[in-house]
Amino acid sequence: MIPQRTATSSTLTLHVNDTAHTVTVDHRATVLDVLREQLDLTGSKKGCDHGQCGACTVLLEGRRANSCLLLAVAHDGAHLTTVEGLGDAEEPHPLQRAFEERDAFQCGYCTPGQIVSGVGMLCEAAEGHPSHATPGEVLQRSTGEPAELSRAEIRERMSGNLCRCGAYPHIVAALEDASGHVGPRSGTAHPASGPASDRDSDRDSDRDSDRDSASDAAPAR
Amino acid sequence: MKPFTFERATSPEQAVSAFAAQPHAYFLAGGTNLVDLMKLGVEAPGHLIDVSRLALDTVETAPGGGLRVGANVRNSDLAAHPAVRSDYPALAQALLAGASGQLRNLATTGGNLLQRTRCPYFQDLSAPCNKREPGAGCSAREGATRDMAVLGHSEHCVATHPSDMAVALAAYDAEVELLGPEGTRTVPAAAFHRLPGDTPERDTVLRPGELVAHLTLPASPAGARAGYRKARDRASYAFALASAAAVLALDEDGTVRHAALAFGALAHRPWRARTAEEVLVGTRADADTFARAVDAELAAAEPLADNAFKVPLARGVAVRLLTGLAEPPQPAANRSAGV
Amino acid sequence: MAVDDTTSQDRTASRDRAGSRGRSGEPVLGSPAARREGHAKVTGAARYAAEHTPPACVYGRPVPATVPHGSVTGIDDSEAMALPGALAVLTHENAPRLGEPDDPILALLQTPQVPHRGWYVALAVAETPETAREMAQAIRVDYAEEPHDVLLRADHPGLYHPEEANGGYPADQETGDFDAEYAAAPHQFDATYTLSPLHNHPMEPHAATAVWEGGHLIAYDSSQGATLVGTTLAALFGLEPAQVTVVSEHVGGGFGSKGTPRPQAVLAAMAALHTGRAVKVVLPRRELPGVVGHRAPTIQRLRLGTRDDGTLTALGHDVLTHTASFKEFVEQAAVPSRVMYGAVGIRTGHQVVPLDVPAPSWMRAPGEAPGMYALESAMDEVATALGIDPVELRLRNIPDREPDSGKPFSSHHLADCLREGARRFGWERRDPRPGTRRDGDLLLGTGVAAATYPVYVAPSTASVQVLGDGARPGYQVRVNATDIGTGARTVLAQIAAEELGVELDAVRVDIGSSDLPAASVAGGSSGTASWGWAVHKACRELRESGGSIVTVDTATDVRSQEDYARHAFGAVFAEVAVDTVTGEVRTRRLLGVFAAGRILNARTARSQFIGGMTMGLGMALTEQSTLDARLGGFVERDLAAYHVPAHADVPDIDAHWIEEHDPHLNPVGGKGIGEIGIVGTPAALANAVHHATGTRHRTLPLTPDRVGVSGG
Repeated sequence: MIPQRTATSSTLTLHVNDTAHTVTVDHRATVLDVLREQLDLTGSKKGCDHGQCGACTVLLEGRRANSCLLLAVAHDGAHLTTVEGLGDAEEPHPLQRAFEERDAFQCGYCTPGQIVSGVGMLCEAAEGHPSHATPGEVLQRSTGEPAELSRAEIRERMSGNLCRCGAYPHIVAALEDASGHVGPRSGTAHPASGPASDRDSDRDSDRDSDRDSASDAAPAR
Repeated sequence: MKPFTFERATSPEQAVSAFAAQPHAYFLAGGTNLVDLMKLGVEAPGHLIDVSRLALDTVETAPGGGLRVGANVRNSDLAAHPAVRSDYPALAQALLAGASGQLRNLATTGGNLLQRTRCPYFQDLSAPCNKREPGAGCSAREGATRDMAVLGHSEHCVATHPSDMAVALAAYDAEVELLGPEGTRTVPAAAFHRLPGDTPERDTVLRPGELVAHLTLPASPAGARAGYRKARDRASYAFALASAAAVLALDEDGTVRHAALAFGALAHRPWRARTAEEVLVGTRADADTFARAVDAELAAAEPLADNAFKVPLARGVAVRLLTGLAEPPQPAANRSAGV
Repeated sequence: MAVDDTTSQDRTASRDRAGSRGRSGEPVLGSPAARREGHAKVTGAARYAAEHTPPACVYGRPVPATVPHGSVTGIDDSEAMALPGALAVLTHENAPRLGEPDDPILALLQTPQVPHRGWYVALAVAETPETAREMAQAIRVDYAEEPHDVLLRADHPGLYHPEEANGGYPADQETGDFDAEYAAAPHQFDATYTLSPLHNHPMEPHAATAVWEGGHLIAYDSSQGATLVGTTLAALFGLEPAQVTVVSEHVGGGFGSKGTPRPQAVLAAMAALHTGRAVKVVLPRRELPGVVGHRAPTIQRLRLGTRDDGTLTALGHDVLTHTASFKEFVEQAAVPSRVMYGAVGIRTGHQVVPLDVPAPSWMRAPGEAPGMYALESAMDEVATALGIDPVELRLRNIPDREPDSGKPFSSHHLADCLREGARRFGWERRDPRPGTRRDGDLLLGTGVAAATYPVYVAPSTASVQVLGDGARPGYQVRVNATDIGTGARTVLAQIAAEELGVELDAVRVDIGSSDLPAASVAGGSSGTASWGWAVHKACRELRESGGSIVTVDTATDVRSQEDYARHAFGAVFAEVAVDTVTGEVRTRRLLGVFAAGRILNARTARSQFIGGMTMGLGMALTEQSTLDARLGGFVERDLAAYHVPAHADVPDIDAHWIEEHDPHLNPVGGKGIGEIGIVGTPAALANAVHHATGTRHRTLPLTPDRVGVSGG
């Protein structure tokens, strides 16, 4: 779909947490700023605005990404999951619960990014992605099996999320607690943004019937 | 950041012709460096051509061995690709040593090659910089030089190239396929980036309007082992202080049959160590040989005020890497030395 | 004395104190109660200063000076103001006039003077953040440059002896006769330690949203103390304090850099006044080092004279540091040497040179963090030189009274921390010879250092009110405390519940607004003691009076404290691996044992200790900041260049504590825990690096350029 364009702004649709939002954006606006300033979804944090801290991490088509580096105009039609969409008040995501139980945060500002990144990281590991901490012989074997998550692996894979309060040891513990609850993204053609493997199939089938937030944004059904 | 117009390219050819039609056009792929630099005001496109959804996103194995990698393959996917993991471990290791998980999910192969220096003076519009503004002067040369180049720098520029991936590509004799207004051409990866000379504003040999379309990796030499080793200030998520990629194949008697060595973070481009390779090939592979070869390469180093440490650091990294590659494979081999 | 249980998060405190018990039968105070705002923080519902967007809110973007010293001679904003959506450019020529601030960093846009690179010279205001940024980049500023000097050096002619160092301590002090004792000492040790500037870099950048409603100013500010921000804004804008409301409900860390009002709140309020709109100002990450304070660099000379058995007879600690040309702030790095060890002659002093640098300020444990790095490194050098175990050396030098003042300690359990830490760490198995443990390319080493941090407490007010019916009453505690990540809401609820004899969930705690009873800043590890004292007093008076609401002030109580030396102590043990090929240092183990009075919440306390130790790890190994001599200003300004520790740098960290019952503190019995964790960690790690390699580095951080290649 080619966005309706004026010279330097466009109208486009972002599917955020299974809700379609049709917004007009300055081409210079990042997904992070659209989330925070236009959609009032302030869970994704701006720590550095340059991809150097990870506080803005969202899932983009099910994969973790720094939303401060995503120009909104280049993501018309994209499916995003933010911390607000991982769970709900009654049923938080297992990793959110683990963060609370482990006291895996202090000031809380990096926390949404850590949690969303953690969900994405656990998916990547379940899909067998290697990391810098993966031993050489395992790296070369490439069996497609889920990666084993030692603490060194978790730390390396989470290093794109800085925490100045120093909650790292508790974050690692929370990720260990939740690691059994997050599987690979189901369906390679259209990766789910949902975090829990047992919810992925639902998410996929719901993909094209998400709720409309704007009357002029009726998606194809 | 100034306002800009935007279009999503429909094909590589259309992207190239769109570029020619617009003043101040830039290609946008993963955006991890371009958007960063646009926010700083270092890059100021008038028109962005989004090439990230072009179908340059596959890794194909070539008939006679070797790989052809689309420019839009994300760094994380390239590192996780079975053929890269098994046949080009130094490339997988280099990719995984760079940036962070979420950045690697965004960053593309082409974009990684085209990322610009992290020299703090280049990033600061208020500091004179010849790379940003030719003729303005170089703040880095008289400034904080700890992270700057020790090889191949000029009076105009002492910046280093930040890529890990490109160092491995240089060692693997990869080639870069470019698509431009006059068709396609191919450039060796090791010659894709330039030394600064008196035109530091040009990072690469890319001509205006050319798009990085593919990378090709030749088949690895028979029996070759390869690895990537990086030294940095923090254990992850930091640019290299020095790094090295090596591909080494030995004859049965321990003589070096093939050697390729490249350094990162020492120069304005990944530094292919041809002098060292000449020393190595045909010589018995042992620690003394490796030290002699690396010393021969690094003899050309001209450290600046704060970065003399980079020479012994690079030496240590390269010698240890080569030594590890020459050792018989062990189940619990030193990971950083690769296999 | 009791020691907490390593493995259990359920450990609770002080069984010999009376207090309420929750449903589990455990005492409320000391229990590991979960953070009250935890759910809001893990779901993204917690809103920070820039996440309040009043109707018609617009965006401010500051313009930093691009010269290191001089003055603005002209500002051309025509290009910026021509942009669609541009609203205003505030400069010293048109910005609202402010009252004279106590802190000169808040005299924003009042004069053309530029005291340092990065000082704000203008503020662009626009309808959108994108336009505000474009405006800021389009504003042309001309300067008259003046000569500048940003480099601290030991022979700088501008060094002088100030009257006081930060915290109100006399800058220079002597007990006994240092020169005579040092000259007579059988063993003399003399070394100099150098630290670069350091940056707080809380994950939430400094941000404020301000709106004027009639004559009333409302500001959401990222601060460690909204009371002080409110009174400061009132004074600057000529208002009564009641005309200002400052909200700091959730704060994304501060580590001292939000301890007093910083530019963002003033800029937002000025722009809101100027434009008549709500204005949001978020300071860009790379501008923070220039405007929110930093830990000043130090050059510290340590001279220790000892007897053969290692007991100190002379201790000299001379600190050289920098400050800004327009504000004197002296990092009190020699002050801990007045507390730690019982030498006969102790001389401590500070000299400072005003430079064309941003104003230094508080960063987690100002004074103690750099000072104890130097002192505890020197102690390690003495231990090595004399062949005395480093733990034993410290035990031999623990004083009976505070050496500097002669006052008795209110409590002192450093020896217990050292012994308990040594036991847990397995210190007795250590081979003291350096450079002897190898693991492939790695050299391994262990190190220890002691820690100290003073007990600060400040007057606060608080109220408590009975809510609901008499059958199962609830209680509302109101106090303008700030939760910067400490868990203040939770621990104040615990204090109230214990004193009221009710369950935790019967207590509601309102904090984070200047409309609440005034309270002190979340800084100096003083928050819980200061606010907790007031909450405790209010609850006690409510209970004793049987009334429905009580408001108290602890000013008199705080002033009438007994005359004791009050300090927290600790011991940190570290194990490192040094890569002989690269000089990379990685932490394998980090263990701290602390004596900090009563631990009021085992869960959040553990997190704070670990967090402090993590920041100490950064100070030791990764965090480097450089002032550019030619351009002025800091070189490593963003989070790619300034390396705060990442996940991969931080191993499992063990934090333990001694249950310390100190009757001379405050009614809740805590000494403060926010800072003690950082204090011993840098020296413990640096001493471990020496043990690993046999080479002593006297400059931090211990990055590969310093540690160097030692083999391979």
